Amino acid sequence: MSSFNEVITSFVEGTPKAEVVSKEKAKRVYKHHEMSLTERLTAMIEKGESKGARNAYTVIAVIMAIVIIGCLIYTVSSLPPFGDPSNPANNEVVKKYIMDGIADTGAINFVAGMILDYRAFDTLGESTVLFIAASAVIILLFRKKTSLEKKVADIEEKIYEDKHDVILRHGALILVPFTLIYGIYVILNGHLSPGGGFSGGTIIGAALILYNLAFGDKSTKKFFNFKVYKVITIVALSFYAISKTYSFYTGANHIHSIIPKGIPGNLISSGLILPLNICVGIVVACTMFGFYSLFDREEI
Amino acid sequence: MDKYYVINDIVQNFPFISIILSLFTGILCAAVKPKKAMVICFFNLIVCFALSLTTLIYCINNGDYYVYMMGHFPAPFGNEIRVGVLEALMATAFALVMILSLMGGLKHIFHDVLPEKQNYYFLMMELLYTSLIALIYTNDLFTAYVFVEINTLTACAIVMLKHSKETLVATARYLMMSLLGSGLIMIGISILYDITGHLLMSNLKESIVAIASVGKYRLPIEVVICLFAIGLGIKSALYPFHSWLPDAHGSSTSSSSAVLSGLVLKAYIILLIKMVYRVFSIEVIRGSKVLDILFVLGVLAMTIGSIKAINSRDLKRMIAYSSVAQIGYIYLGIGLGNDVGMIAACFQILVHAFTKPMLFNTAGAFMDEAHGSRKFKDLAGAARKNMWAGIGFAIGAFSMIGIPLFGGFVVKYNLAIAALSTNRAVIALVALVVSTVLNAIYYVPALMVLFKNTNPKQKVVVFADKNDIPFIVSNGVFMVCNFILGIMSPLFISLITMGLYKFA
Repeated sequence: MSSFNEVITSFVEGTPKAEVVSKEKAKRVYKHHEMSLTERLTAMIEKGESKGARNAYTVIAVIMAIVIIGCLIYTVSSLPPFGDPSNPANNEVVKKYIMDGIADTGAINFVAGMILDYRAFDTLGESTVLFIAASAVIILLFRKKTSLEKKVADIEEKIYEDKHDVILRHGALILVPFTLIYGIYVILNGHLSPGGGFSGGTIIGAALILYNLAFGDKSTKKFFNFKVYKVITIVALSFYAISKTYSFYTGANHIHSIIPKGIPGNLISSGLILPLNICVGIVVACTMFGFYSLFDREEI
Repeated sequence: MDKYYVINDIVQNFPFISIILSLFTGILCAAVKPKKAMVICFFNLIVCFALSLTTLIYCINNGDYYVYMMGHFPAPFGNEIRVGVLEALMATAFALVMILSLMGGLKHIFHDVLPEKQNYYFLMMELLYTSLIALIYTNDLFTAYVFVEINTLTACAIVMLKHSKETLVATARYLMMSLLGSGLIMIGISILYDITGHLLMSNLKESIVAIASVGKYRLPIEVVICLFAIGLGIKSALYPFHSWLPDAHGSSTSSSSAVLSGLVLKAYIILLIKMVYRVFSIEVIRGSKVLDILFVLGVLAMTIGSIKAINSRDLKRMIAYSSVAQIGYIYLGIGLGNDVGMIAACFQILVHAFTKPMLFNTAGAFMDEAHGSRKFKDLAGAARKNMWAGIGFAIGAFSMIGIPLFGGFVVKYNLAIAALSTNRAVIALVALVVSTVLNAIYYVPALMVLFKNTNPKQKVVVFADKNDIPFIVSNGVFMVCNFILGIMSPLFISLITMGLYKFA
């Protein structure tokens, strides 16, 4: 198991060629005295010491997990039966969402009305979670590439370009536009039919990933690079925060909101839900593509 | 319309404004250069501090809590936040501690974090503050869960931002444990929704009291109480679930350690106290056995955390293990099950929030004198080279041991009074005495090592780095705050009492 240390080392310090270039940087970062935990872990794994203890630990963990699963299943069996109309969950809250949903929010899709109007504060938090997750992956993996690495990447790209994966490219050429349009449709009709920002954004993200796989990095970067990613994510989230600030403020202070509800059923209706769906869609699509891109090549 | 929904004062908007403002400025930090992000972050935190302080004064004058509607729909249908004295007090204290912690470790942030990622540090700190105050103010369990998620991710990110092998392993462990806690909380919320049909705390309490009086769903309620206690216990490093804490708090940059131990652990405990009073109701909680469990775990944490701290040869790990012991005091207070105990627990939240960040920041300053080493053998005499940090560390250590004039003493005194009226007085008093002695056993030698005169020719230096004004200021303010907490404790205790009575 001597590779454990190497794996961690390469994970932190990057590939050897990067280390040569950024020696100065590495010196600065690793000046602090550290390693105690990793050293201990590696030593423990390498020596194989306390093997018996680890086996006992595994057995105890499995037994504990089985006991907890049993307890939880037994608890679930004593909960109200699924789908019973007299369940406590079918109370006045659900009734109001269904009865007054259209009049209150202007959205035909009750779920959209619920998550983007009744409980928009929670959804603002949820979109921020996605943004934070993407930022955390950027912190973990994003690395400015050196000129040498850029050259290597260029050469690699050329090699793969020459091979022309004909089936993939032609398939993608047909699939990507339809997938994109479908994603846009799902987002734009989020307040009218099942769907919305979260599901539509995932579809658009999938289309972007497919495009990137088929046509390579260079052609994707023409319209989607780190700068574009940052700008549109931040603009979308800021719009969400600002528009909802207005809406929360007017709601709490009982001021009349100037945002029109429109005629329920029309594409442009239901007040803020449509623009918010677009914002959520943008954030989700960018996060999806960002995860793929960062895990694949440590950049967007 | 409910009388609480009438907003007749601009001040009532302030908690909402501080939540949204920190969220918005936090997102902006992703787009700007590190120095600008720092300015935005401090600007926002200072504004939030002012807003929270105004809210606190308003609540004290008003004498009552109020409910603020987040949107156009009243509570069971929409979201709402609830603002009272206790919430406003905690939000104010948290903003102040966050400003001071960031100032105290500013030099280390720019040293430890890679230049291209420094703006993300301030982004994570701002969003962390957003989640902390949202957790304090929220009156809805699902909103609480969303902000628990934000809190989990940002807390892991501020550990990870110091790029090193140790922090990566520590972050991985922290993330695993923390997600396990979130999962248990999520299961708890689901079961609770299934048996009551509500997510709003006040409605939940009504239905739980009704269900409990009929005797229905006894098992699910008991299981849910356990799930919340364990889930929040994992996240606030209660004794058997503390294994992630020493690595995460010990290895990260000093501001991160300060904020993690001073604030992040406390937000979950405040959520637990809210669950006890506002969701399950104190009567139902007293009827279950969970208070006994929390009491026992608190006692174990107080002793075993201290013993682990005695055994550590590493300054920051010692302070981190000391956090485990100090969290034990809070759980002891909750576990006693009476109001005095709960008030002492809340006061301990404040005391620890002001003391531990100071200890971590001064530890960071000592590490500079020892070329980044955290080992005691390298740190000998470090306080003589940086007397200002040395004084801060001494004050923090005295407060943690529980010497009169400091907050730690007031906490122990109140816990002892609370314990006397219960049938667990002997155990609690013995635990308090043993833990105090154990605290002294590791803090006093640490002080002796730090103030050791290793080189007689070396003059005592008051400020090691005169250019590091943020640290000098923050350390000074922390010292003053610790004295204020100790000397003016009746004021804070009366504020907490006022807030807690409105909780029930």
